[in-house]
Amino acid sequence: MHAVSVQEADFDVGAEIAALCAADVEAGAVASFVGLVRADKLSEQKLGAGDAAAVLSMTLEYYPGMTESALNDIVAQAQSRWRLRRVRVIHRVGRLLPGERIVFVGVSSAHRHDAFAACEFIMDYLKTRAPFWKKEETPHGSRWVEARDTDDVAAARWD
Amino acid sequence: MSIRVLYFASVSEAIGLTAETIDLPAHVTTLGALRQHLGARHPALLTTKNLRAAVNRHMCDWDATLDDGAEVAFFPPVTGG
Repeated sequence: MHAVSVQEADFDVGAEIAALCAADVEAGAVASFVGLVRADKLSEQKLGAGDAAAVLSMTLEYYPGMTESALNDIVAQAQSRWRLRRVRVIHRVGRLLPGERIVFVGVSSAHRHDAFAACEFIMDYLKTRAPFWKKEETPHGSRWVEARDTDDVAAARWD
Repeated sequence: MSIRVLYFASVSEAIGLTAETIDLPAHVTTLGALRQHLGARHPALLTTKNLRAAVNRHMCDWDATLDDGAEVAFFPPVTGG
């Protein structure tokens, strides 16, 4: 059983974790990840020397239809690799401020190893395969965030 | 043969369009050929580093073939999460 949501609204982490194991006595573990907008994040494109622009906001664009199916595909791959009970993925879109939640991944399983591994796998694949794009607003203007090679490396370890 | 082409993020911004419908010349049968064909009008399709593309909402390689009515999307590498 799994559910994927792409939405502007915030989510309730406690309620999502509770739902992953509600009325399921065979679940022995729940692992979760919450991604946040970092206040001090600079994009990989360097500003001028000595320039320390903070991120004022982040706007997330996505590809309606494809983004949801890409997330469902990633969850299906996780379910084929590990023994999972429930999976929940929520990704926010639109304009977000520093400190706000962007993404939630929660996984329940009988034993902790499957939940930990699947949660990390889903995040690594989401970062490199799900069509979302971030644009940062700084005091110096807006710019698109560039993809990181380290994310590709993180995803490649599951090959 | 007619297809729908969508552009996202920095690619959309550079081109100044979010979508357009294209009548394909007979010699344009693959995703890579479409990129070259549209690149004449939209240079960002040729200059964007690590440009990605999807056909009917699935990421595809440049040798993917195009069918009538296909939905093609061009975009930069993804940065979600």
